[in-house]
Amino acid sequence: MTLAIDPRAELSRKHRKVARFATVAALASLGMGFAAVPLYRMFCQATGYGGTTMRVSADTKTVPVAGKLMSIRFDSNVTPGMPWDFYPEHKTDTVTVGARDMAIFIARNMSDKPITGTATFNVTPEEAGAYFSKIQCFCFTQQTLKPGEEIRMPVLYFVDPKILNDPDAKKIQEITLSYTFYPVEQDAKQR
Amino acid sequence: MTTIVADAHGAHDAHDHHDADHKPAFFQRWFMSTNHKDIGTLYLIFAIIAGIIGGAISGLMRAELAQPGIQYLHTWAMMSDGPDATMDQAYHLWNVLITAHGLIMVFFMVMPAMIGGFGNWFVPIMIGAPDMAFPRMNNISFWLLIPAFALLLGSTFVPGGTGNGAGTGWTVYAPLSTSGSAGPAVDLAILSLHIAGASSILGAVNFITTIFNMRAPGMTLHKMPLFVWSVLVTAFLLLLALPVLAAAITMLLTDRNFGTTFYDAAGGGDPELYQHLFWFFGHPEVYIMILPGFGIVSQIISTFSRKPIFGYLGMAYAMVAIGVVGFVVWAHHMFTTGMSVNVKMYFTAATMVIAVPTGIKIFSWIATMWGGSMTYKTPMVWALGFIFMFTVGGVTGVVLANGGVDDVMHDTYYVVAHFHYVLSLGAVFGLFAGFYYWFPKMSGKMYNEFLGQLHFWVFFIGVNVLFFPMHFLGLSGMPRRYPDYPEAFAYWNAVASHGYEIMAAGMGVFFINLIWSLIAGKKADANPWGEGATTLEWTLSSPPPFHQFETLPQID
Repeated sequence: MTLAIDPRAELSRKHRKVARFATVAALASLGMGFAAVPLYRMFCQATGYGGTTMRVSADTKTVPVAGKLMSIRFDSNVTPGMPWDFYPEHKTDTVTVGARDMAIFIARNMSDKPITGTATFNVTPEEAGAYFSKIQCFCFTQQTLKPGEEIRMPVLYFVDPKILNDPDAKKIQEITLSYTFYPVEQDAKQR
Repeated sequence: MTTIVADAHGAHDAHDHHDADHKPAFFQRWFMSTNHKDIGTLYLIFAIIAGIIGGAISGLMRAELAQPGIQYLHTWAMMSDGPDATMDQAYHLWNVLITAHGLIMVFFMVMPAMIGGFGNWFVPIMIGAPDMAFPRMNNISFWLLIPAFALLLGSTFVPGGTGNGAGTGWTVYAPLSTSGSAGPAVDLAILSLHIAGASSILGAVNFITTIFNMRAPGMTLHKMPLFVWSVLVTAFLLLLALPVLAAAITMLLTDRNFGTTFYDAAGGGDPELYQHLFWFFGHPEVYIMILPGFGIVSQIISTFSRKPIFGYLGMAYAMVAIGVVGFVVWAHHMFTTGMSVNVKMYFTAATMVIAVPTGIKIFSWIATMWGGSMTYKTPMVWALGFIFMFTVGGVTGVVLANGGVDDVMHDTYYVVAHFHYVLSLGAVFGLFAGFYYWFPKMSGKMYNEFLGQLHFWVFFIGVNVLFFPMHFLGLSGMPRRYPDYPEAFAYWNAVASHGYEIMAAGMGVFFINLIWSLIAGKKADANPWGEGATTLEWTLSSPPPFHQFETLPQID
């Protein structure tokens, strides 16, 4: 008997090696498919893609640009089956670009059970997302309303003056800020 | 050139007692098959059956669309949903027909025929290998398709929202496929896609391993026939694209059944994410369907021009380039979802870049024929038809690649015309070309040349009468996916439906030819095509021995 390697065993070892690489590639692809969920959210938050608004800290310095006015419209929705009344105090507002402004939204729990909800949000036109900066928003946290309870919720925001330098966005004169309230986990099961 | 000892009674090792042509008993041979040629045959039979079903569904649609108004749809709905079916259920049935036609033709006709059928049959032979690397996994790949197809067909009998069946379109977009389709039909369809996808991924692993490890001595990557190259690139596309679809539709399934909100804005998700994931799979998927066709056509053009293919390396790497760039153009399917001008500009430019390697292929085919000693046998006329049709579809593709133009054309019949020219006429012409080219090799019988030519001409005229008017309809603004339309669109719709009838007659000729040739076809020589046919399958008998290349061929 010689010490030669059995060619069949050698070949099947090579087969397994290539197949392993291919399987890892397929699994990596599968993983990327699921990883797309957080990655897509991060991408939108970073770029304002899809009208995702920016979140900035309270000490951000902004300089109002005199004479540049922006009309802001407020849109409010609740997900089907969410027994809340939810509406903006004023439907529209006019702000100076760069100036801070506060809008008030009002929510009332119409059911006889306490319900916790949070809101998803974006702006249109979508190009405005990168310049719509929120300092404070009820949508950053969850809200719990007791039966029949009504709350007034503030949004503190400004339109970043950089919008005036963006060729795609500088012609925007009106931005619509939209919220949709949905129940969070513990209540989601009751849907 | 190529010296091979490969006949059934060739040199065997002393301990190798079984005859290369010893075939197992019927059940074992066809139900437990591990032989790449038998599995390829099973795939082809499966694809033909699925093609008949998918093609019959398009016949129903063309019958309804032949005139404005609703002619038959309500009657069909009463057959499927019971005698008191509403008009809404009839409209739902329309969506079910469209969904079934798309899914069947993509996943159960073109892919099994191209990759499972011709890929299995000829990739091992063309590289001088005795079989696939993992013969049993090959068997699983095929048999997974049967339950997948059964689930898809079964889904049409259970509730899917407004009526029976999954009416989501082949794209299965949320929210129509989530909150818009209550009932188990869409779940069954999703599971069907999961299983069909698993089958294809296993097949892809098998092809990659086979092509990397089992090439005969001397068969370097740069000597491989272009069909093998095309299947190799396709296998990589399958491997990297299908898992993304699996992830996307798994999240669809949990959104539907377990209260997650991946694609539901009223819950923090985003329905647009599904579209991104789907088309990240979906665009490579269209190349998965057409690349093996490129490979088949390259073999045939070379054979019947009696010349090696012009610019071989350019042809091989053009396919690699198409595969790579195909992964970064997906959002041109989503131009109307509200993208910024810059994003549209990128996807427009990237999409048009694909026209460069595709152009390399078209011109290299023409250059191969230039000065060649051409014969116009049936496979060759199908291959020429492929080049013509695919070019027409490619040109309308360049039109649609423009984000600005697509704002107008999106979801009109212009898009339907475009993708049927590249797929129904491109991929399917490639399939028929390959079928006639390799039929003598696979069956050992010659097809009937007259019937083959007749099939080509009737089919060619039929599909052009069927699909060319759709350009006009789309340019006039007729939207896709409706069973009814205003009077203004009546003329070209009637023409298109007559085109379907001509095409169906052509298919009749095909089946007559198929049956006639299998029963009464002349016995085929090892190489019926003459000196132009230089790949290894023509060095084997027709049909090849049950096991080939027990002694590996040596390639110079």
